[in-house]
Amino acid sequence: MQVSRRTFFRNGVAAFTVGFVAPRCISDIALAQGQSSRNLVVVYLSGGNDALSTLVPYRDAAYYSRRPTLAIPAANVIQIGRDSGGNELGLHPRLTGFKQIFDAGQLAIVQRTGYLNSSRSHFQGFDIYGTANPQSTQGTGWLGRYLDTLGSSNPLVGWNTSRETPRPLMARETGVPAITNPATYAFSSPNSGTEATLERTAATRITSHLPEDRPHLAFVNSQAQAALGTLDIVAQVASYRPAQAYPNNGFAQALQAVAGAMNKQVGTRVFWVQTGGYDTHASQGANQGAYVNLMGTLNDGVGAFYNDLNRQGLLDSTLILVFSEFGRRISENGSQGTDHGAAGLMMLLGGRVRGGLYGTAADLRQDNSNPTLENNAGDVRYETDFRSVYATIVDHWLGGNSLQILGGDFRAGAPAVL
Amino acid sequence: MRGNPQLEHVVRRMGFGATAQELSYFDDAPIQSVVNILLDYERVIDDPDAHIGDSAYVGVTTRGQFSPNTVINDARQRELFRMIHSLRPLQEKMALFWHNHFATAYSKVAGTVGGEHGTRLMAGKPSESPGGQRGQYQLFRDMATGNFRDLLAEVARDPAMVIWLDSRLNTRTRPQENFGREIMELFTMGVGNYTEADVVAAARVFTGFNIRVVGDRRSAATSYYEFIFNEGNHDTNAKEFTFPIYPDGGRTIPARPASQGLQDAADFINALARHPATANRLARKLFNYFVSELYEPDPEWISQLATVYLQNNFSIKAMLRHLFAQPYFLDPAAAFSRYAWPIEYVVRAIKETGYTGLSVDAAMTPLVNMGQQLFEPPDVNGWALGAEWFSTASMLARMNFAATLMSNQKFNLGREAQPYRQSPERILDYMLNRFEFAPMSGDVYQALRDYARGGSAWTGADAQVNNKAAGIARLIVASGEYQFN
Repeated sequence: MQVSRRTFFRNGVAAFTVGFVAPRCISDIALAQGQSSRNLVVVYLSGGNDALSTLVPYRDAAYYSRRPTLAIPAANVIQIGRDSGGNELGLHPRLTGFKQIFDAGQLAIVQRTGYLNSSRSHFQGFDIYGTANPQSTQGTGWLGRYLDTLGSSNPLVGWNTSRETPRPLMARETGVPAITNPATYAFSSPNSGTEATLERTAATRITSHLPEDRPHLAFVNSQAQAALGTLDIVAQVASYRPAQAYPNNGFAQALQAVAGAMNKQVGTRVFWVQTGGYDTHASQGANQGAYVNLMGTLNDGVGAFYNDLNRQGLLDSTLILVFSEFGRRISENGSQGTDHGAAGLMMLLGGRVRGGLYGTAADLRQDNSNPTLENNAGDVRYETDFRSVYATIVDHWLGGNSLQILGGDFRAGAPAVL
Repeated sequence: MRGNPQLEHVVRRMGFGATAQELSYFDDAPIQSVVNILLDYERVIDDPDAHIGDSAYVGVTTRGQFSPNTVINDARQRELFRMIHSLRPLQEKMALFWHNHFATAYSKVAGTVGGEHGTRLMAGKPSESPGGQRGQYQLFRDMATGNFRDLLAEVARDPAMVIWLDSRLNTRTRPQENFGREIMELFTMGVGNYTEADVVAAARVFTGFNIRVVGDRRSAATSYYEFIFNEGNHDTNAKEFTFPIYPDGGRTIPARPASQGLQDAADFINALARHPATANRLARKLFNYFVSELYEPDPEWISQLATVYLQNNFSIKAMLRHLFAQPYFLDPAAAFSRYAWPIEYVVRAIKETGYTGLSVDAAMTPLVNMGQQLFEPPDVNGWALGAEWFSTASMLARMNFAATLMSNQKFNLGREAQPYRQSPERILDYMLNRFEFAPMSGDVYQALRDYARGGSAWTGADAQVNNKAAGIARLIVASGEYQFN
């Protein structure tokens, strides 16, 4: 397998590409990667997840007084015990699948994750979680930098199930293909038979042209080339028929594709899956409404995926990370919703995860001297730097070097989730 | 036919490219006259909608009655039709620019008021709508090159926007920050020019903004939504900012009675429009849209554009007139130095390929897969532009759209290639002349030539000409070189 790499940065806007040569067959990749290699599935909740509704502090009177219409009644939450600070906490009532995983000791919930001077902008916040650098929203992402360290020749070493390449996956050398739906990932032609075959051959030749003096053209061609080079493998993934039925929505279908890629052993190390709608400024709801639907989509999708992996014996080689760009304001607004806040939560799921509650819940009393809050006691203040969770994943799961990949030492204070 | 690179560049920049016939209209006109004709489009009488359904134009697909004011997919088809056929391409180009700048998604609007009202709020044509209701996209078209402050003021009270960024839920007792934040972060100054306290104050400025239905809402055929200012929900207290609101440097919008509450928004929008960061941000966005994304502008160019904006009462037309007159606009280095937006790609491909017997509906699903569904930007930040348009999935969608288009136009292309049937090389040369794309290197040309020569021995029979003409056209339009504008 030959690989040509090119790196170009121009005008501060980076373009990234790899010239791919598709592996000859699946077994090639499986051999190269080792069938038991670990993978990471990153689930991004887009829009700023209201952590206080995911993990409910149902004994905190201020939670109820500050959220008269949004608070989830204590009787409805799924109780999962106390954190190290003695705070009693419960999962959102719709997270029944997560409860099962929690009971199996395979769900770690890290409370109050964030960083100093949390951005309330979706775009800046997401980019900060992507670069893992609150001072910079440009350049490569932490997952992209990790993939670069692998130096893999596998064109599917990363797999993005969304259409655009998100900041966390941006790399210097590794192109991560965006494959939203394996079933429609195919090459069509105005002709058929030999003509169509000749056309595909020509298209492959044309897009293999990666002129170093025209990096932008090379970048576009590299995307076409990566598509053409992965068509046949992805077609095999599309043939995956899970024993487990997945819900018929984009999020669950993306997770099914991930399970298919694992099943077909294509050697992907990092998968990216996202689900949107978390910007719940209005009609967030308590017992019904937008947030209940969001939790339903999350629970049912992840639940089906988890059961599928369990059945296939893949849980021990899989780590799922769930995160969002920020948490939301503690007090509800006038439209039964919540505005942008600060600290959120991260969840890790997998066969090797040390399940449990990490960190301590905030005290939600509206008091400017309350050290667990910020912004005039409007928002939850972070306790665990999100980068320490990244560091744990890089060092203890992916086998990388967090100092190198995160550009600093964030191991101190990291929750022992792995 | 084609062959005037400067003219081609201008029609790509100020519009969506041109058919050979449209090009012939400009023929030997000096380039500055072409620029002026396209820029001062108000003088051009234009009514593209009158041609919808005319077989000489691109088609639309109707499912029952064609209902572009009440069915969103029909509205999308009508907008694509206008982009392909409008005699005022710059107006369409700028309407699309504002749609990205003030990115509003139909799904949320429809989720609130239903699909028929939602379509009308996004795309309604006043002359065909109850109460003369004007959809947001029509607002962008009407004010495409107008006064930015006025546009901002209209957007703030546009019913689709009032729904999209929750202004209707923003009240005195419970201010809601969605619109207050984004008008500063995305519509004007940009992040870094305001504080969280400013966001709270901005939210209070717009308290009381709302919509109401006129007529019986259950009858979408007769009822409509309009903006309303709910005085009782307006916060009448003073609002203090960290940046100047008034020309004298004053940073506080004074307390005033609710009956005069709309003045808060007027003062605030004035301040945002006048802020130097807004001028710079608009200048840069226009540079990227009309000149290049591949190289950095000279800072002087941006500051000149910003100055023109500030000295001409926030006139976008003045900015464009200045920009189009600069040497950098016509610099050959600017040619093909922008990543084509999916809509730009699709519209230009259709114009250069031909459209007899084609329905724009054929582009609907491909555009979704390319990442640009009209009226459905991913979020309020608009689409991710430039290199971010391109991923394996979106590039595959572009390549496959080229296949769909050429499959549809196969017989038209074959017929037009008939005079060159002597050899596959001549067919290839004809096709290369027919399309506009960034320079192709020798090895790309060779790959095309090998394809043209490949397969069964050349006879020049109709079927062979059709196949090769369509196959070559597809390879050109699917190439990386064609993805640049």
